Amino acid sequence: MSKAILFIEHAGGELRRASLECLGAALSAGLDVTAVVMGPGADAAASALSSSGANAICHLTGADTWSPDRAAADLAALAKESGASAFLAAATATGKDVAPRVAAHLDSTLFSDITSLDSSSGSLRTTRPWLAGKVIATCESASEVFCATTRPNAFSAPEGGGSAEVSERAASADCKASVTGVSAKEGGKLDVQEASVVVAGGRGLQEAEHFSLVEGLADAFGGAAAVGASRAIVDAGWRPHSEQVGQTGKVVSPNLYIAVGISGAIQHLAGMRTSKTIVAINKDADAPIFKVADYGIVGDAFEVVPALTEAIAKVQAEA
Amino acid sequence: MKIIACIKRVPATDAQAKIDASASSLDTSSFQYMTSFYDEIAVEEAVKTKESHGGEVTILTLGPAEASKEVRECIAKGADAGVILTDDDWQARDCRSTAKALAAKIQELGADIVFCGKVATDRDNAAVGPMLATYLGWACVTDACELELDGSSGTAKRATEAGLESVSFSLPAVITCDKGLNEPRYAGLKGIMAAKKKPLDEAAPQAEESHAKVVSLETPAPRPEGKIIGEGAAAVEDLIQALRNEAKVL
Repeated sequence: MSKAILFIEHAGGELRRASLECLGAALSAGLDVTAVVMGPGADAAASALSSSGANAICHLTGADTWSPDRAAADLAALAKESGASAFLAAATATGKDVAPRVAAHLDSTLFSDITSLDSSSGSLRTTRPWLAGKVIATCESASEVFCATTRPNAFSAPEGGGSAEVSERAASADCKASVTGVSAKEGGKLDVQEASVVVAGGRGLQEAEHFSLVEGLADAFGGAAAVGASRAIVDAGWRPHSEQVGQTGKVVSPNLYIAVGISGAIQHLAGMRTSKTIVAINKDADAPIFKVADYGIVGDAFEVVPALTEAIAKVQAEA
Repeated sequence: MKIIACIKRVPATDAQAKIDASASSLDTSSFQYMTSFYDEIAVEEAVKTKESHGGEVTILTLGPAEASKEVRECIAKGADAGVILTDDDWQARDCRSTAKALAAKIQELGADIVFCGKVATDRDNAAVGPMLATYLGWACVTDACELELDGSSGTAKRATEAGLESVSFSLPAVITCDKGLNEPRYAGLKGIMAAKKKPLDEAAPQAEESHAKVVSLETPAPRPEGKIIGEGAAAVEDLIQALRNEAKVL
């Protein structure tokens, strides 16, 4: 079986879902996985991983200050020593920061944000979006090590099982850049790319204060939803760029995407068209968003959204 | 300070994607091109850095000779020179071969800081900046939305899923730029006129085979025709039923 090195992220020991999905992608492709963890809480992460289905766990110790260049150098060294033919990470802000550097250390190409991984042809074959998903490219790597990051929500986490051994190894010392602090988001809000439900607002809301309608609907999902925004309202300064969905923002594929007052420019559609179910609420029955929406309601957001918020809250209360 | 901003000529973001007869490359005949969105932010940061720390800004790209249009547009915003690594086969280049070619040229030109966009809006790979830094052996901060430079080091902030990360780094460094770092300026008439007289060199990029092999391209299947459930708040109940029983997402 081909060996793979996986960079697994965790928050104080709690494994990140996007990383578990990455592990699921690797195991489904038949790879022999060594999962690598580091940083504060890595002990707990390593023991959680040992029954996850991974074949081996490596705990890099002494890397309590986060440095992407050091992490990349250590991960590449592990890949070289183990003769790995694949390196994978989740396509998170951290994974996408580290993976290209690992690829460069291995003088290998990199596929970011892959949406499938398959080894049935004898070598690893993957698909990934170009032009924010207007095109899907099926690719193979001619590099010694197949390097990729897996798009959140595109793969399933493994079912778990086994009891992999945890080995320890000291992280290297050299770092050119390091993280000195993180200012946490208010109330531990979900990221728009990781949430299973996204409620997004656009110019149809008319004023920045009206975005509270969108936030209220997201809150009704009880912590499962994140808010998103169209480029128009990000450019207008109503919302931060981190919430922007579209070609110059984030590409999302939640189970449920609810577009409120978004007309659906081609750049926005590119960012959300892979969502499993799309709901659009818009005053204009001819808005392009209705072309990609599974379910549409033509109407005033100020009337429809509060009613929908109440209905969702009721459904959640029953669940 | 020697400052370099790397840019990429990409199809305009409103481009419709068509695939050519080979099914493994894009039909580019109808494309209009532009400087990639985030690269404009890189150019602005390079010019701002020159304005506050002194020095020279060079715009560097790898692309067709026609990319002189984008390079001149960027020079017009306050840069001093441009270099095009001319490659007619630029569309077939992968992140690795591009990063290696840029790294070789940057080594030759010399630089204290290199700015790139956080991602090019055509291949969406977000890899060249950090790969370039690694080939050079330099520090790198990706997705920077705040930056401060101080002599031989700097601090930057970047947005992650957990919040804003503060990163300290040493120079030389590669910084990839996110929206929010600055507001790119428009080129004035004076800048456009001046840009015509600035040096624009063409050079052959380091030959390097692309390792990313495209097996096939396809446009995603159109989503099945949706339906309008109804109008106004009265339609909410039907929507809930549909989400529950048909879509099974509630």
